[in-house]
Amino acid sequence: MRTQGLFSKTMLGFGFFFLYVPILSMVFFSFNNSRLVTVWDAANSPTLKWYAKLFDDSAILSAAWLSIQVASMTATGAVILGTLAGLILSRFGPFKGRAILQGLTTAPLVMPEVITGLSMLLLFVSLEQLFQYLFGWQFDRGVVTITIAHITFTMAYVTVVVQSRLASFDDSLEEAALDLGARPAKVFFRITVPLILPAILSGWLLAFTLSWDDLVVTQFVSGPGSNTLPMVIFSRVRLGVSPVVNALATIMVLVVALGVILSAILMRRQEQRRKREEQMAATG
Amino acid sequence: MRISGARIGTRDSPGRLGPIWTFLFRYGPPRWTEYVLRNWSGQRLVIAIPYTWLLLFFLVPFLIVLKISFAEFSPLGRPPYEPVFQWLEEGALQIKLLIGSYVYLFNEPLYVSSWGYSIKVAFFSTIFCLMLGYPMAYAISRAEPTYRNVFLMLIILPFWTSFLLRVYAWIGLLKTDGVINNVLQFFGIINEPLAMMNTSFAVYIGIVYSYLPFMILPLYSNLEKHDNTLLEAANDLGAGPIKSFMRITLPLSFPGIVAGSLLVFIPAVGEYVIPSLLGRTDQLMVAKLLSDEFFLNRDWPKASAVAIAMLLLLVVPIMIFQRFQNKELAAAKK
Repeated sequence: MRTQGLFSKTMLGFGFFFLYVPILSMVFFSFNNSRLVTVWDAANSPTLKWYAKLFDDSAILSAAWLSIQVASMTATGAVILGTLAGLILSRFGPFKGRAILQGLTTAPLVMPEVITGLSMLLLFVSLEQLFQYLFGWQFDRGVVTITIAHITFTMAYVTVVVQSRLASFDDSLEEAALDLGARPAKVFFRITVPLILPAILSGWLLAFTLSWDDLVVTQFVSGPGSNTLPMVIFSRVRLGVSPVVNALATIMVLVVALGVILSAILMRRQEQRRKREEQMAATG
Repeated sequence: MRISGARIGTRDSPGRLGPIWTFLFRYGPPRWTEYVLRNWSGQRLVIAIPYTWLLLFFLVPFLIVLKISFAEFSPLGRPPYEPVFQWLEEGALQIKLLIGSYVYLFNEPLYVSSWGYSIKVAFFSTIFCLMLGYPMAYAISRAEPTYRNVFLMLIILPFWTSFLLRVYAWIGLLKTDGVINNVLQFFGIINEPLAMMNTSFAVYIGIVYSYLPFMILPLYSNLEKHDNTLLEAANDLGAGPIKSFMRITLPLSFPGIVAGSLLVFIPAVGEYVIPSLLGRTDQLMVAKLLSDEFFLNRDWPKASAVAIAMLLLLVVPIMIFQRFQNKELAAAKK
């Protein structure tokens, strides 16, 4: 047992080294004065000048604003549709076409992004033609098409999260509420939603992150003039490293790390409070 | 909890278990699902909302891709292909299906080599991910509960940061005057900088790095559930640690291995960002080929044919993955 444990622990250490060295080096070199990024200019570093440059960069700032808009709309839409799909799949029992719905909700999880992107674009082009033919009206690709595409591939993640949360407790509370005469819609909003609220919240954050981060699908379905943040980053880093991107990455890593740590602390507090209450209920 | 109309029967059509069903449930409290199915007219509507969305924005697009893959390329058209279905003046429907794009896929050497390269890269990346991820998942599952959560958080944290930026980070490490070369030269291990950017090595690094959490998490959730008494029994019966690992832990963790491997392999075949930023310029992967065909050559039929071929290649792994996913959910229910 001991050798096996030693080996796997070494690999764990190595794995964490492998996972974090790139991120840390990116953060480290964001404070480098040199334009060459990876060549440390000891005389004039550390410096915050790339952060100043970042906040002067109107292309990045406007792309970031567009990405925030798209990601929040996406997350909200994906949570509504994904929660409904999760509820239907785990609570509605058998109905015609259930297997198809199950397949349609899990397939986007593993679908290569180029396929999703291409197929969405071709759909939008066909819709454009149809609208042109029917109403003589031309719609432009942009925020709306990006959001629709993002909702479609992120709602699958929400569905899985909600479904596994619903699977973790039985429906006795919901049944009790129905027995007491509550309408199904009321049961859903007063019982089911509060119970799965953690799953809904983490689904929202997951959908937001995936949308905020998506490059490939967005490249296909976006129109002229609607550049999201990943598109701007991609066009910059294609030509090599850029210190401004390092500064941006550092800010993003910081926000995510704070968020994850904060949510871990909150969850722990809640868990402890729940345990205390359970104990008090048991003794009292 | 699920009521199954077909197998158990409902109140109105008792089914095979008729009398028992009536005895047990006729006057008992109604199951809420059944109640909903019966009394809530809006229930169909609720099902219809996500259903319609997915049909319109997920299934229909594939049918359009399929249709266009059989169309004829017309470089000057807007959109650049000849219609597949066309109403002729006499009121007849003309259907033109051309398999030219598919024939091209299998004959053009550039295409054939990209397919081979993509599958090779995805396969070996999956193996490397497994070799690194399995011991990590194992170590986490054996760690003290307090450390376990910290470790898991550390695995998930990079997943929440931008994928694009994490791939970008490797450019700074791998390039000729990058961090790795500078460090190695500083310590005098190498004299000349190693050429690591724009190689297959960089693509493997990028894929393993980006997809490692997808390998570790399913493996962990499997390994965590293992019953330790089996290992103790094997130990008591004289099996060494390696033997008991090979005979007990490894076979039991098979579902985790399959789920993790598929979560790495399937997206890796269609990976676009990593080979574009880190990979070879003389050897394309399929996703890059598809997007070049679409954006540079504007050859929509060929791009669609590539998408359909990729889908056909991945349909078996995707279906296996779905079966495992459903089994996991069913197991969580119990």
